[in-house]
Amino acid sequence: MQLIACPWCGPREEVEFSYGGQAHVPYPDSPAELSDEEWAHYVFFRDNPRGRFAERWNHNAGCRRWFNAIRDTSTYRFESVYRLDDPKPVTP
Amino acid sequence: MAELLRTHPLTAWTDAFERLPDTVGITVEPFVAMVDVRLGTIGPEASAALGVDLPTAPGTWVPAGTGRAVWLGPDEWLLTSTTEAPEELEARVRAAVAGLGGSATDVSAQRIGLRLTGARVRDVLVKGCSIDLHPRVFSRGSSAQTTLGQAGVVLLALSDAGDDVVVLVRASFAGYLADWLLDAALEFTTPIS
Repeated sequence: MQLIACPWCGPREEVEFSYGGQAHVPYPDSPAELSDEEWAHYVFFRDNPRGRFAERWNHNAGCRRWFNAIRDTSTYRFESVYRLDDPKPVTP
Repeated sequence: MAELLRTHPLTAWTDAFERLPDTVGITVEPFVAMVDVRLGTIGPEASAALGVDLPTAPGTWVPAGTGRAVWLGPDEWLLTSTTEAPEELEARVRAAVAGLGGSATDVSAQRIGLRLTGARVRDVLVKGCSIDLHPRVFSRGSSAQTTLGQAGVVLLALSDAGDDVVVLVRASFAGYLADWLLDAALEFTTPIS
């Protein structure tokens, strides 16, 4: 089974984690002024790249903390994990 | 009015545990008071108020008075006490951390403890647990929140030889885990004839 390196607990089996969707989706600066279409884009529309993707993951069965990971969507390889308050790593 | 007494979920397994050999001993720990502590920043003030240095390294526990302080997350700990009543422990810890922006919640009814002792303990646990339990990395003072079989557990290492481990499991999963442990220990209990 694939191991995912939790930033707190270290490498653990994939079944201990749950997926949280795309990371770094900014909350709207002035939500009251958004149109319905803009709200829909904020709530429902996500990138779906082939290749490196910044995602949120939660270590359910361990420390129950959220963290971010860069995962390659074509190979499922985790290239890096980082805490929520860390900046997104620059990838080549 | 009838007095409400807490019954242990593993009463029906006591006989089966007693029949186990010393190499895979399982004992049911008595109920202890447990409090879940959330505290954002810890330092000398928190240590002085609580009377224990909360462990900051992930996957560790330290003795705290008559009980233990277990790391559960970067801002979360489990404090246990064998001598205080749950409400006493909760009130004491809450008073200690409230001024520091923390919180304390009585979770005594959440988990029960099983103590596994003997030379074969690690062989039993590794059947359903993927983390490295070798004493080289899982020595006294280590803890781990993970899954054992299908149950979420907290493992606490009590010895440097890997032959003394406490398993904290949710009370509603205790029966399942007891059955799972007895099944995993079966090969070490059947005499070779």
